[in-house]
Amino acid sequence: MNLLEVKNITIKFGGLTAVQDFNLNLQQGQIVGLIGPNGAGKTTAFNAITGIHKPTQGKVILEGRDITGLMPDKITKLGIARTFQNIRLFSNLSVLQNVLVGHHLRIKSSPLAATLHLPQYIKEEKQMIEETKELLKSVKLDDVQDEKAGSLPYGKQRRLEIARALATKPKILLLDEPAAGMNPQESQELKEFIMHIRDEFNLTIFMIEHHMAVVMGVCEHILVLDHGITIAQGTPEQIQNDQKVIEAYLGVETDA
Amino acid sequence: MRQNKTLKIIGVILLLGLFIYYAQNNLDSYKIRILNLCAINIILTLSLNLTNGFCGMFSLGTAGFMAIGAYTSAILTMPPEVKQMNFFMSPMNQHLMNLNAPFIVALIMAGLLAALVGFLIGAPVLKLKGDYLAIATLGFGEIIGVVFTNTQTITNGALGLKGIPQYTNLYWGFSLAVLTILSLMTLLNSSYGRAFKAIREDETAAQAMGINLFYHKSLAFAISAFLAGVGGALMANLLSTIDPTMFKFTYTYQILLMVVLGGMGSITGSIMSATIMTIMMEALRAVESTIDLGFVTIPGIPGMRMVIFSIILIAVVLFLKNGIMGENELTFETLEKAIQRFQSKKGRENHEPTRG
Repeated sequence: MNLLEVKNITIKFGGLTAVQDFNLNLQQGQIVGLIGPNGAGKTTAFNAITGIHKPTQGKVILEGRDITGLMPDKITKLGIARTFQNIRLFSNLSVLQNVLVGHHLRIKSSPLAATLHLPQYIKEEKQMIEETKELLKSVKLDDVQDEKAGSLPYGKQRRLEIARALATKPKILLLDEPAAGMNPQESQELKEFIMHIRDEFNLTIFMIEHHMAVVMGVCEHILVLDHGITIAQGTPEQIQNDQKVIEAYLGVETDA
Repeated sequence: MRQNKTLKIIGVILLLGLFIYYAQNNLDSYKIRILNLCAINIILTLSLNLTNGFCGMFSLGTAGFMAIGAYTSAILTMPPEVKQMNFFMSPMNQHLMNLNAPFIVALIMAGLLAALVGFLIGAPVLKLKGDYLAIATLGFGEIIGVVFTNTQTITNGALGLKGIPQYTNLYWGFSLAVLTILSLMTLLNSSYGRAFKAIREDETAAQAMGINLFYHKSLAFAISAFLAGVGGALMANLLSTIDPTMFKFTYTYQILLMVVLGGMGSITGSIMSATIMTIMMEALRAVESTIDLGFVTIPGIPGMRMVIFSIILIAVVLFLKNGIMGENELTFETLEKAIQRFQSKKGRENHEPTRG
């Protein structure tokens, strides 16, 4: 069975069709990439999966359950976490607190129990902090845990955003341009990091990326969007040699 | 370490208790009233800071929730004979007429009723953001005023209620203020507090982290309304006279001023600014009376203290953009560090002349 199935999703904003008949099948453990020129509708497709936009048509099915049009927080609870294209950290909170927020969705204590610091809550909080510290160690951010998230260097902010998403214990992780603005060395590290978290947290990863070295390096399967239409899909080699993809990126030669 | 902190907090509360005991028995009624207002304003400022400073919802409904609390408590604590005297235009609703409850019950009911209304108002309007939410909650405050003016058989309309028993004293005021401070501190340091702050920082990201926006925003809004209701109840039983015009927007504005001056998102900042402003509001009455400087006499201008307040506000906004405390808290550690720094500085100064 497919872990995530996206069936014929179409998203229209008024008269504009941002994404048309988008299909996707994710199997457990896969790393799948989504590429395409600017404005192709990649982030819109992401937003439809994570509940920010309700698709005009089509269905999103997670483990056999229809999750189309659910609220984003509900979808995160069901196991799809994401990061954002323009980093969206809670900048005034510390690194530790940022990740702790990711644990909040599993809290069982009521607000009253939390206010009174009842034993049940203290136990939960203790476990949360322990798990967070472990997570921060495994993404190598434990040395900056008390710093404000907004004050971290760019590469670490990206990593923190991923760590925060991991704290929700997702089955599927959606990364929106994780390598944006990174230098070659940072993107090399990111590649290794993505492989590492996939194996360590038993994840399935679906990512948007412009950085071809990263996409071709980590993805087993790639989809190409152009003007909302899926123009090609296949292994990195197939995509690299696909005439339509080359045309979409470089333009078509016309006779003068 | 943790136990040490708890001990210090208990110590501070005991000191405050001693001061309150002294004040209640030795100060004149004018000063006691100012201290009572301090306690009430601390509760109200914290109530508004919870929504505006910690949760990022720009709410202006405080006066409305206060009105609900004030009227609830007044109706519950006034004896039937006094009610009879108040309602000479048209008789009061029979069920309400015979209601009578001890002060503590009245306070809790005042808070709960305000929280319930807060939830009912919050459910539809909390989708709004920023200025739009501010306008919606402001509208709510005005509506409450109009409703209370026109529900003659319940609130006695524009005539207001007189002769409310003066149960509020420094013990009630400050024990409730301390209770508010302590419970907000623990709530905001808990996982729920982090969720509130996450919503303030970035709603979309918070939602993507699995935080149910509706639940958490309603929760913060209802707690804030509860506190405003309790504050209103204390106010009613302090002043003994209430009418709908008391709970106009200007009151919310005053509380908002305290929140901004103290620092959005700082509990200790709110406590400080509420105390300082309440005392200054009275102390500055001096500038409104005629001042004789010997060679020239400055005539007293009513409303002058508000001018001074406005100037202070402008200065604070210009020079201390985030208020007195910003988002920081005054903790025992920061105090100790400050004292150490001060002592070492003093020590250096003392040593320098001998060295030189």
